[in-house]
Amino acid sequence: MRRLVILGAGTAGTMMLNKLARVLNGDQWQITVIDGSETHLYQPGFLFIPFGVYRPEDVVKPRREFFPPNARVVISNVDHIDADRKRVILEDESAVDYDYLIISTGTTIRPDQTEGLLDDEWGKTKFDFYTLQGAERLHRFFESWQGGRLVLNIAEMPIKCPVAPLEFLFLADSYFTARGIRDKVELRLATPLSGAFTKPKATEILGDLLERKNIKVTPDFGIARVDNERKTIISYDDVEVPYDVLISIPTNMGDESIARSGLGDELNYVPTDKETLQAQAYDDIFVIGDAGNLPSSKAGSVAHFQSEILFKNFLDRIEGRPMSARFDGHANCFIESGFGKALLIDFNYNVEPLPGKFPLPGIGPFSLLQETRMNHYGKLAFRWSYWNVLIRGAELPIDSKMSMVGKVA
Amino acid sequence: METLEILGKHLAVDKDGHLVNRADWSEELARAIAVQEGVGELTDLHWAVIRAMQMAFDRDGEAPSIRRLTHESGVDTKTLYQLFPKGPAKKAAKIAGLPKPKGCI
Repeated sequence: MRRLVILGAGTAGTMMLNKLARVLNGDQWQITVIDGSETHLYQPGFLFIPFGVYRPEDVVKPRREFFPPNARVVISNVDHIDADRKRVILEDESAVDYDYLIISTGTTIRPDQTEGLLDDEWGKTKFDFYTLQGAERLHRFFESWQGGRLVLNIAEMPIKCPVAPLEFLFLADSYFTARGIRDKVELRLATPLSGAFTKPKATEILGDLLERKNIKVTPDFGIARVDNERKTIISYDDVEVPYDVLISIPTNMGDESIARSGLGDELNYVPTDKETLQAQAYDDIFVIGDAGNLPSSKAGSVAHFQSEILFKNFLDRIEGRPMSARFDGHANCFIESGFGKALLIDFNYNVEPLPGKFPLPGIGPFSLLQETRMNHYGKLAFRWSYWNVLIRGAELPIDSKMSMVGKVA
Repeated sequence: METLEILGKHLAVDKDGHLVNRADWSEELARAIAVQEGVGELTDLHWAVIRAMQMAFDRDGEAPSIRRLTHESGVDTKTLYQLFPKGPAKKAAKIAGLPKPKGCI
């Protein structure tokens, strides 16, 4: 028997499990999936919870619903990976041996990494929306909030879903307008970036959108600490931004088990070949999704495109062929802009998000970098696709390689 | 292609204003860029950070983020901000003749 172990059954791990379980012969392969919890979370849905668009039950399902029958399921936290001896050590010190390992342990928020962020006020005047619990607490807070200064701070890059902070502010503008208190709410983005986004053309367009919606920006803001008494965030160069409610995107880091294994960089991300998705240090370890250090977005769409590349390369590897697929960094993200509209961006390692049209057979075209209702419906429809198509490892009609068709350079 | 006019030369730069050709870089140029960027005169500590940045780039193929830069240079974040105000990783990369750190996307 050859043994494949998949570590982490989130978006990326579950997709790989389903794709590979379909083609690896059950007589010759034992596939084991390891995860610390029984619950699969639809993370793109967290954004909508503070504004009452989604409820927690819309984003939660049992993981086992999405596991193929031939997979061995281990629900346990992982202590570490012993990559030299090719085994995963669980928290009860038992070992799971592998011939091949796929690491898909994702990334989590670490409010403990910023001085003064994680204290008694966490969950009262300071919130996150990158966890289900955080998003629910924020929803309860917003329901009775009468206005004031709302500051959204990104602690440091990279973060999961780099457009989510902007979407949050756009939705907040829309939500407080509907509640009739928009004139009592000041919205501000305090970001370590020099503008709204990471790439020039999208920054220009999204920056204009922020301005039109009267959302203020404090750029180049590297948070050093939170002064809780004065409800003020302070940067390393002593810029002070006061708040009444702080929405934090804390430092994102890979799983601690990666650090304990000695496999991670300074943020616990596994150094990974950005084209083949093979771990740089071990040729029997592959990495997919947010767990790696690739210079691509940490996002579900990216994990999806990677899954097609990894699928080919994994089969090449186990058959002893040279790995034939190359990941180009493709990302495809809807950006909710409030009032029932959204934008769409499509880009890769080398091509920044550009305006134009995005053709999608049978459904599209969607408009790129432009607010439309169609894009908003695309974003909402994605939840159905996620549960029913994407993580089940079935095909979506979007190529894993980015295409220039429709784009205006 | 955009160009940067500095020390009487026109040098190719990318959209973020970083040098395209590492071969164009020199210590003299670094000092001139530092002045243009409002960093001012480069001290030994500035140079230590610039060298650490170049070493990390030569090894990893990309300019380090601020967190990695503190790791690589041994200089803490607060001090990095004092040395290179408003985004130390970006500023130091620009002065070191390297592309903007990709840490972000």
